[in-house]
Amino acid sequence: MPQVKVIVTLKPSLLDAQGRVVQDALHALGYGGVSEVRIGKYMELEMAIPSNTSNDGIDAQVKEMCERLLTNPVIENYRYEVIS
Amino acid sequence: MSLSTTLEPSTSATIGSSSGPKFGVVRFPGSNCDQDAFYAIRDVFKKPVEYLWHGDTDLRGCDIIVLPGGFSYGDYLRTGAVARFAPIMERVVEHANRGKFVIGICNGFQVLCEAHLLPGALMRNAYLKFLCKYVTLRVENSGTPFTSEYKTGQLLQLPIAHGEGRYVCDEATLERLNRTGQVLFRYTDRNGLTTSDGNPNGSLDGIAGIANETFNVMGLMPHPERACEKILGSADGRGIFASMIAAAVRATK
Repeated sequence: MPQVKVIVTLKPSLLDAQGRVVQDALHALGYGGVSEVRIGKYMELEMAIPSNTSNDGIDAQVKEMCERLLTNPVIENYRYEVIS
Repeated sequence: MSLSTTLEPSTSATIGSSSGPKFGVVRFPGSNCDQDAFYAIRDVFKKPVEYLWHGDTDLRGCDIIVLPGGFSYGDYLRTGAVARFAPIMERVVEHANRGKFVIGICNGFQVLCEAHLLPGALMRNAYLKFLCKYVTLRVENSGTPFTSEYKTGQLLQLPIAHGEGRYVCDEATLERLNRTGQVLFRYTDRNGLTTSDGNPNGSLDGIAGIANETFNVMGLMPHPERACEKILGSADGRGIFASMIAAAVRATK
């Protein structure tokens, strides 16, 4: 059964308020070399689908899920990896 | 939140005056301002109102749909992201597409953005804190069904209570919102100026509330339903409900 790993990131143009606070905390700990922190999401989807499903078929499903629910295209980008 | 659970009606039957437009307040799991909205409509405006369950697929003849504040579905994944797919939302989208009125308050605004009934999105407040306080808003366009009882430029005191209220959208959308008067409310300082001090959550251009292109769907982060009586600190939110009621009455004539 294939597993899909999805990584969701905020669009680069948007302020990542959480990332900014983590960056400040790293600086306070002495890690002044960190120039930016961006926080995203990581999801693992276990796909119970027939083993003969084509790669294109899996891609189409994953893209649809990402665009309908898993991400908000207004503020987020995504990438994914299918592991057979 | 209501102070007392005695305001909870014992049935889902329509309560309030039999005349005038009927409101439907949607309840998602995690909604927590549904009773406040219900109370304002029934007790302050004396209009018929009933709760609509998220799992239902019938708007029960309601003219104005209210998506209340709260943390629908725990706000998991993103605020409003799961609520947007509740069965009742298909009917709400149809209602909006027929030109009927829909208002989303706080979490309801987030749901409307996720449902693509309003453009843009709401992100984590710029300064991370959950904000629960009164803010000053400026009415930007009084020529809409949601704001006709106000004057353009009028300043309002309304409470906010949110952790994710920073409005964002792309540049083209922002330009369109400003050009077409879809920005209905902006955060300002006490003098009515759009300063960074007056912008509690870092919203783009100080945007606190917007309407869709056809001005029948509106979302805002502040809570007008909590500001309909002087004894609660402000009655400045009344104009939004009064405007919608007047507009719905006009629409049926």
